[in-house]
Amino acid sequence: MKVVVDLAVCQDHAQCCLAAPEVFEQDASGKLVVLVDHPAEGLRDKVEEAADVCPLQAITVQD
Amino acid sequence: MTVRVVVVGAGLGGLRVAEQLRAAKFEGEILVIGDEAHLPYSRPPLSKEALAGELSHQTVVFRRKASVDDVTWRLGESVSSVDMTARTITLSDGAQVSYDGVVGATGVSARRLPLDAPADWRHVIRTLDDASRLQAELAQGRSVVVIGAGFIGCEVAATARLKGCSVHVVDPMPVPLIRPLGVELGRELQRRHEEQGVRFHLGRTIAVFEGDADGPTRVTLDDGNEIAVDVVVEAVGSAPNVAWLDGNGLDLSDGVRCDSGLRMMGADGPIATAVAVGDIARFPNVLFDDVPRRVEHWNIPTETGKRAARVLVQGLSGGADAGAELAPFTPMPAFWSDQYELRLQSFGLPGLGGDDIRPLEGELSDEVVMGYHRDGVLVGVVMLGLSRRYSHYRDLIIAASPFTADAASAAP
Repeated sequence: MKVVVDLAVCQDHAQCCLAAPEVFEQDASGKLVVLVDHPAEGLRDKVEEAADVCPLQAITVQD
Repeated sequence: MTVRVVVVGAGLGGLRVAEQLRAAKFEGEILVIGDEAHLPYSRPPLSKEALAGELSHQTVVFRRKASVDDVTWRLGESVSSVDMTARTITLSDGAQVSYDGVVGATGVSARRLPLDAPADWRHVIRTLDDASRLQAELAQGRSVVVIGAGFIGCEVAATARLKGCSVHVVDPMPVPLIRPLGVELGRELQRRHEEQGVRFHLGRTIAVFEGDADGPTRVTLDDGNEIAVDVVVEAVGSAPNVAWLDGNGLDLSDGVRCDSGLRMMGADGPIATAVAVGDIARFPNVLFDDVPRRVEHWNIPTETGKRAARVLVQGLSGGADAGAELAPFTPMPAFWSDQYELRLQSFGLPGLGGDDIRPLEGELSDEVVMGYHRDGVLVGVVMLGLSRRYSHYRDLIIAASPFTADAASAAP
């Protein structure tokens, strides 16, 4: 599983950070940091939820 | 015979429930019927960035998972009624569709005021087509009157101002956004709008509309003030689309009353084969209490879509007492509003705590967190900026909930 984020589209809603804190985090200035771009399979549900809750569809989950 | 689920409504809720039906291993036929001519798309940009700039279906359409490649989309068709005994849906052209399971995902329509002015003199903002019509009218120097100082009204005011329009906002309440935010935060938002040149007429209504063949020309307020106008936007709330559900013994007094599994409540109890998602679903959220409520926030169609799909699949398999086995449903409502450079973010149900609002962090004139309390318990927050603190306050609401305390004390 690979997580791809279009940072040009991201507007720092941080909903992904709430859905999958193991994978997405905000830095000190509120910008998105992807902690793990190949998360373990056990995180699939959370990662897909993160992709679903992003208001800008900036996250793609690739197999 | 293949099992068929019909989803009535092709917005975010309709899309998510279809995807989640497949995720829940439903392999039957899924038919989604929507009255707009467009595949599911996102509405929040329609009052904000899309209205300001690039506006097309392409810019707002939702990505659809591969799992719904085999879904049949019937767009531009509207459902006029459903018969839950016969399990048939009737479309407005008289055609009938039978179903095994039905999902209500019809969302809301913009409320209209009983004004003494033709409807086409006023814009509403709900659909892509609405936004396209309005966008064509917003140009440098045009005079815009927005009726309603709620979220949509304030977002449109900000967008129109950024496009160089002169903007007046009219509302009978004394402060903008007073109901969701309270007086202090409402006044602060007003100040920020006024700094940008928006003019508010609060505690006022429009007494007279004047216009010609091309549209409105002047409005006169109930205090006698006259405003020359080119564009009027009506942003006075929403009405759930549930007339099609009439005649089935459902409680349609405010959306459609559902249980915690999102099953529609009939005269004899929850209907296992009829669920609702999104803006029309009035359901209890035990994180707060057992009172069923509609929550028109953007994350609710996704949360309810997942829940309703699983419950419906259980219902289709004939598990009549499936309700007894459902895990608690405790979605955290969340919404945002972008006005100028400001990002307002809310968690929980601040509306339940309007009598006890306290600043929790920050400065009202800069970045701030306001906490909303009911009986001393934090039930919601509204934040301006301070995005690094989202997780903290969201967790605080969960921790403060009596449900969380009960679950903790029940754990072995």
